[in-house]
Amino acid sequence: MDRLTLVKRILGLAVLIVALGFPLIVTQPTMVNFAILILMAAQLGVAWNILGGYAGQVSLGHAVFYGIGAYTSSVLAAKFGLSPWLGMLAGGAIASGFALLIGWPCFRLKGHYFAMATLAIAAIVEVLVTNWDYVEGAIGIYLPMTNSGWAGMVFTRSKTPYFYIALGLLLLSLLVSRILQKSYIGYYFRAIKEDPDAARSLGINLARYKLVAIAASAFLTAMGGTLYAQKELFIDPGSVLAGSLSIKIALIAILGGVGTLFGPVVGALVLIAIEEFTRQIFGSTGMGTDMIIYGGIIVIIAMFSPGGIAGLLGEWERAWRARRKLVYTPPGDGI
Amino acid sequence: MTHAPLLAVEGLHMMFGGLVANRDISFSVGEGQIIGLIGPNGAGKTTLFNCLAGYYRPSAGTIRFNGVAVGGQTPEEAARRGIARTFQIVRIFPEMTVLENVMVGAMLRTKKVAAARAAAENELVFIGLDHRSDVKAAQLTVSEQKRLEVARALATHPRLILLDEVMAGLTPTEVREASQMVVRIRDRGISSIIVEHVMEGIMPISNRIIVLDAGVKIAEDAPAAIARNPAVIAAYLGE
Ligand SMILES: Nc1ncnc2c1ncn2[C@@H]1O[C@H](COP(=O)(O)OP(=O)(O)OP(=O)(O)O)[C@@H](O)[C@H]1O
Ligand SMILES: [Mg+2]
Repeated sequence: MDRLTLVKRILGLAVLIVALGFPLIVTQPTMVNFAILILMAAQLGVAWNILGGYAGQVSLGHAVFYGIGAYTSSVLAAKFGLSPWLGMLAGGAIASGFALLIGWPCFRLKGHYFAMATLAIAAIVEVLVTNWDYVEGAIGIYLPMTNSGWAGMVFTRSKTPYFYIALGLLLLSLLVSRILQKSYIGYYFRAIKEDPDAARSLGINLARYKLVAIAASAFLTAMGGTLYAQKELFIDPGSVLAGSLSIKIALIAILGGVGTLFGPVVGALVLIAIEEFTRQIFGSTGMGTDMIIYGGIIVIIAMFSPGGIAGLLGEWERAWRARRKLVYTPPGDGI
Repeated sequence: MTHAPLLAVEGLHMMFGGLVANRDISFSVGEGQIIGLIGPNGAGKTTLFNCLAGYYRPSAGTIRFNGVAVGGQTPEEAARRGIARTFQIVRIFPEMTVLENVMVGAMLRTKKVAAARAAAENELVFIGLDHRSDVKAAQLTVSEQKRLEVARALATHPRLILLDEVMAGLTPTEVREASQMVVRIRDRGISSIIVEHVMEGIMPISNRIIVLDAGVKIAEDAPAAIARNPAVIAAYLGE
């Protein structure tokens, strides 16, 4: 392990400790809420990254999985009194099932066409849910506040528990990413992303591994949806199924750096900070300002750093290692 | 079981719309053989490879591999059965390291990453690229990339390897090395079909040479006889 790796490990541990202690030190509700927003955004970015980053299948419809998670647990809680913890798993399972269903035909499409198909499907689902009376259509679902406490995942006095749930979900998503990335599946994802025809010549069944990616990604995204529902205690199509949400989820990962473990976390930090900052300047979420910001960010990334923030850091790291190698390579060893 | 050849192709046709890229092609490849496949540009060599490796579904005819009819197989099925290939225009995974490229190939036979790494390291030693293991594949020279493709294909443990112009653009010394490499692959018990325009590369090592011209097999013979074959000479001079 070289010095840079050590520094990275220590930095990671420090960030984790700070994160764990954050709500104990910072008690201001707005700050805690800000931190929760970052954690939730980071979790979504990490989940999206499994499909869009590692496997290279850019989805512009991830709100559909988020919405399925939010709606499944909310309907089960509101109508059947089921614990949101179970609802979270049910939502994940349904989202994965739906992902497999749409993945099957959509993965026959290449590149931009896949992205467009996901965009279209998400838009259709939003319209369907808006007109679906059983789930209260455009009115939305209010969640019962009676079950206050950990069992019901409802916390009305302090938002701190949501912070820890969001942190837990983020760590879970990072863990799943890491396990996939380190296993043969992670190698297959990268191979599929870089050259699908070559991947096939090595016996890789493209559809199978893309389906693995979309199912895992959808499950984790849906879990995030349940957390959102429990935190807000109200959902409607506009808040959990919106097209702008799909764009935002993709952008978190793209801004931070696709195909890297912590890129989406950095992306979330920057994106949420920008959002909150502009919200304070321009007032509440005026429709449109979000999209203008997203558009601006996409232009900047495309022009200056297609690898996102992590891509820039990676370049610095490589430069650093290259310099070090030059210094430490004993003469005659370089041939 | 009777002693069937490793690969037996019978009456293979491949059409693209009205264009017949392969017409009524029959031949077979035995265990441990090196078969040269030559012909002018556009003769249908790469198309034939694409049919054998499952990238194209032949319009007619049969392909038997190891006694099994494999005509409509997918590329991934071909790989699993033991037909490996390289691409005329190299298709490496550019952002992966050299070692990782080969590991992906090895993962066909073992899903354990450590075992795949060990297997890949061996292949890189075999092919002579072990000193470049940790370099990004994109940074290799084209001739190194071609060798990387061979190592990656070998890592899938094939019984037959299809090499599409791996000697193009090499210096005479490199061509000799590449020929020796094919012989060493044969010595591992792997048969090969090798498409080449570089005659010095395949004439000395091939058991037989098959000649395609405008989609038709015009000759199949020992290398020395092929060089004297009037139809072959005509096909090359007629260009
Ligand atoms: N996918 C395709 N669609 C339509 N036509 C094709 C396709 N692939 C090949 N062809 C045509 O089939 C014929 C044979 O091409 P092929 O690439 O097999 O030749 P080749 O012998 O490999 O030539 P070269 O030595 O230049 O590589 C050519 O006329 C080519 O244009
Ligand atoms: Mg060709």
